[in-house]
Amino acid sequence: MKVTVNVNGQDYERDVEPRQLLVHFLRDELDLTGTHWGCDTSNCGVCAVWLDGVPVKSCTVLTVMADDRFVRTVEGLERDGELDPVQQGFTECHGLQCGFCTSGMLMTARWLLDQNPDPADEEIREAISGQLCRCTGYENIVRSVRWAAEHPAAYDAPEMTV
Amino acid sequence: MMKLRLAAPDALIDINDVSELSYIRVDGDELLIGALARHAELLASPEVAEHFAILGDAERVIADPLVRNRGTIGGSLCQADPSEDLSAAFAAVRASVVIRSAEGSRTVSAREFHVGPYQTAVADGELLTEIRVPIRPEGGTRSRRWKPGSAYEKVCRRAGDWALAAAGAVLWLDGDTVADVGIGLTAVGAEHFVAAEAEEYLRGRPAGDETFAEAGRIAAEHCRPSADQRGPVDYKRHLAGELTTRALRRAAERARA
Repeated sequence: MKVTVNVNGQDYERDVEPRQLLVHFLRDELDLTGTHWGCDTSNCGVCAVWLDGVPVKSCTVLTVMADDRFVRTVEGLERDGELDPVQQGFTECHGLQCGFCTSGMLMTARWLLDQNPDPADEEIREAISGQLCRCTGYENIVRSVRWAAEHPAAYDAPEMTV
Repeated sequence: MMKLRLAAPDALIDINDVSELSYIRVDGDELLIGALARHAELLASPEVAEHFAILGDAERVIADPLVRNRGTIGGSLCQADPSEDLSAAFAAVRASVVIRSAEGSRTVSAREFHVGPYQTAVADGELLTEIRVPIRPEGGTRSRRWKPGSAYEKVCRRAGDWALAAAGAVLWLDGDTVADVGIGLTAVGAEHFVAAEAEEYLRGRPAGDETFAEAGRIAAEHCRPSADQRGPVDYKRHLAGELTTRALRRAAERARA
């Protein structure tokens, strides 16, 4: 089936098998391998990407369901070579060890901070509760997201009224 | 379901673009939920929070935020997993579901919707389109403004897991007397996901710790849990009773609030 999917601001036209999952489209067709493929059953969350502005598990979305829709992956976080604050936060606070869960964590963290710029630790834990990390015990992930909340990028900063 | 090889359809139709099925609203004495409403929307809905806290309680412990962003209410009901939370919650509040086909539409009680594990009343060529939840108790007068109190209590082994056992309760109080009550049980083999004998016991009795404890005992006695990797029968039966009592207590607090 012919699909046109907008990924990170660019339209991609491809002819795909109807049964293909979005995670495989991103990795195998577009070579965007930052999105990982883990449990394949909506449990682990390493495949998290945004679909029309909200994070979803891309192992449970068919590519054809993303036709004419907007997808954002971890490759779409940085702007003009500048890391997104959540990426910088994971660097500053040692938010990853093996890195397998990281891209999914980053996508959910960015979404959380867009909704709630100053989340409590509990709210961060709830936001990432569908994503597994076997290295960090989550402590440093929560710290990393907190760091990002405290260091918003200029383009994310709320408008100041004088 | 397809990945688990439990379903192998010849054709799959994506209904995500049928936005007419995506709504949550109050219409007269009913809360109406479109089949395509997402779990996240049910959780965030002020109408749901005002009338049926049980649905918010249940949603908060269904899977995780990412799954709730994508999963739909109609999809959960039609999957008809015996451990699925909304089936018991909707059975408790005596919801009905609207099923449509090219020939017309019909309404089925949530308590008659499931005909077995992974099997529902939806036939070939039909689509579940809406869930309707009555805000008034059965037989309750229209002249009075009824305010149900409700709650859902679940025990699972880890965040976002299927229930080991769960119970949902809705209470309509007339002063301190139980005017009407609905009790739903998840994952413990209760017929139609309902604790009918406990409901029968409570109706017309005073709402209080003693009657709620007895209702829990009755609910535990009549359910039929099976042992599996989540736990043994006696533990699940204990939970069914205890969670029923807790859900009733919290529902009463909310009805009085």
